[in-house]
Formats: sequence, structure tokens, C-alpha cells
Amino acid sequence: MQNGNTEKIWELLNTVPDPEIPVISVVELGVIRNVEYVNKTYLISITPTYSGCPAVKTFQDDIKICLSKNGIDNFDIKLVYFPAWTTDWMSDSTKKKLLKYGISPPSKKIICPQCKSTSTSLVSEFGSTACKSFHKCNECLEPFEHFKCI
Amino acid sequence: MSLLNYTLRIADSSLISGQRLAEWCTNAHTLEEDIALSNIALDLFGQANILLEYASELDGNKTADDFAFKRNEREFFNLKMTEQPNGHFGDTIVKLFLFSSFNFLFYNKLSQSKNKNLSAFAFKSLKEVKYHLKHSKSWMVRLGDGTKESNKKVQESLNSLWEFTGEFFEMDEIDNELNKKGIGVNNKSIKEDWNNIINTTLLDSKLKRPEDGYMQTGSKSGLHTEHLGRLLSEMQYLQRAYPDAKW
Repeated sequence: MQNGNTEKIWELLNTVPDPEIPVISVVELGVIRNVEYVNKTYLISITPTYSGCPAVKTFQDDIKICLSKNGIDNFDIKLVYFPAWTTDWMSDSTKKKLLKYGISPPSKKIICPQCKSTSTSLVSEFGSTACKSFHKCNECLEPFEHFKCI
Repeated sequence: MSLLNYTLRIADSSLISGQRLAEWCTNAHTLEEDIALSNIALDLFGQANILLEYASELDGNKTADDFAFKRNEREFFNLKMTEQPNGHFGDTIVKLFLFSSFNFLFYNKLSQSKNKNLSAFAFKSLKEVKYHLKHSKSWMVRLGDGTKESNKKVQESLNSLWEFTGEFFEMDEIDNELNKKGIGVNNKSIKEDWNNIINTTLLDSKLKRPEDGYMQTGSKSGLHTEHLGRLLSEMQYLQRAYPDAKW
């Protein structure tokens, strides 16, 4: 695997789960911005969701472990800040996975992941992590989190 | 060196502001608010980290941690408002609201900077600061337009913190030099928009805008109030007691 096949790297990265939301991979989250093969080294560019996101360190470590396990040691991870991460980079299938997992995906219409009602109310702009807000369903009364659109 | 100094000013305001807000962790009146203030602090630390890493690149010698943990008071350039003690919850909200409304407009301009590091930083931070502003603004209205007691308390907070808002719009030689080069912001140019945010929010909050009187100044040259030293003694304790400790 030292032959510059970036496709394979993308495939491997797609097996690294997000540390907070393990049903989606770091690729699906949209934090892997680029994979290049330069001077016999894979250069992986990643961008944080939020500036202070504590998961950034964890997923860098997870990427290192995953690649090493697969016999790849000629790689560098670079943090990039532009363009800034946006929830627009999440595909529809990723959003469906979030909903199934119990997190209302980023969209203008907030849906209760339990009963799918759109009648909900905001409890707090800040949920358990900076990327989520905290809501309550007016129909089934269950509390849930919503991935904020940024 | 002007660019390094300019970068540190922005980084330090985020860092010190984050450190103050983090003091609320486990102490806020509800769990939701505790989490909200801690999350805002985390955003601010993240922003400070991006800029301190850039400062380290510009400096070529010190690391980002050196900048955070091994500088003395006179080497910090944060706005004096950010180092003020938390006081009661109303004091913290007023401070956060005044600072976030300024940051929101400042980052909006800085995102147009010709310096790619600063513009990328500002563009990213802007998304986060929007939430800080939204959150603190909604509390301004709840407290100001709340009970007689809550209104009285936040009005007092506003009156006592007002003297720290003058620094937002100051321009010194470094600001002017970088603004001319298209790198830095002309702080005076955001005053009008800031006035609009403040005036409409205060109207909604049933609060009176204080008269401009004596205004604090000096942080751009490293002059601070007595509170910064105490904050640093706590924030820097570990690196001072056990230099270069790692875990």
C-alpha cells in the first residue's frame, strides 16, 4: 500500500467512525477535505467541525491507528481551516443515519427522531456537544438533540 | 512583528474570555446553562488555539502553549473587558453580549482580510460567534424584561461594564498599519453597526444605554486591570510549577 492509491486511503478512512456519533464515518461527517500523494507520502487534510471540538484529536489518533493497522505509515495529517466546515457537506444518506441513530439531522425543519413529528421546541442552543442543540418533542414529549446547521 | 502582535491581541481576548467562562463549569444555575457556557468557552479556546498556532509560526521560536502559559501580564493584549471577574450571572451575560456583538462584526470584517490565515480563522469563528451572540442576546431580553429585580441587576451590570467598551473601537499604530495593508480591520468602521445591535437589544430588554463617560484603555500596550494577574496565576499554575509538564 505504498503505491499512491488515494482511493484506497479514502476507503480506509471511511471505516473510521466519528468518536461522538459512531454510526457515521469521518468521511461522511465531511471533515476529511483532501487526500494527496506527494513525495511518496499521503497528505490527509482534515478540518474541524467547531474550532474547539475535542473530537478532533481523537479522530486524528483513530486515523493514525487505522492506517498503521493496514500497513500504511507514509502519511501526514494536516489541519486546514478554509473553507470552513459546513453541515451542507453531509449527504442525504448520512442525514438518514443520524435520524435513525436518534439525532435530528441538520435541516431547517427539525424532526423528532422518535415519532417524526415536526412540532418541537428548543430547550437550549447548546446540547451535549457544541455542534448540537437541545430540543423537546411537543407530540411524544421526548427530549432529543439536533445537529445545528452551520 | 506587527502581524504577530495583531494576532496575539485577537487570540488573547478569546483565550482570557474562554478562561473566565470556563469558571462557570459546574456552577451555573441550570444544567443547560452550565453546558451552554462551557461550550462557548470551548469555542473560544479553539479559536485562541488556531491563532496561537499561527502566532507560533510567525514567531518561529515559541510554541502555542508557550504563548498561553509562559507570558506575563504585560505581555498579554486581550481587551480589558474579557479579564473582568464573572460576578453574578447577569454580569457574565452582559459581558458576553457586549463582547460577542463586537466580535461578530469584527470577524465579519476580518474574514475579508488579505491575510489567508486571519480570513480563514475569522470565517470559521464567525459561525460560532453567531451562536454566542444569539444566546447572550436572548438572556439580555429575559433578564432585562424579566422581574424588577433582574432588570435592576442587569442595568447595574451594564452601567459598570460600559467603560470597557471604548477599547473595542480604538485604533493604534499597529491597527492603522495593518488596516492600510488590507490585513487588519478598521475598528471605527464597525461602531455604527455595533450601536444598532446594542440599541435594538437594549430596547427589547427594557434597559437604558449608559452615557459614554470615562473609558478604559491600555490593553493594546499590555496594560491591564488587577484581575488579569489573578486569572493567569490560576490558568498558568501547572506550567509555572512544573515547566513543560506533559500528560
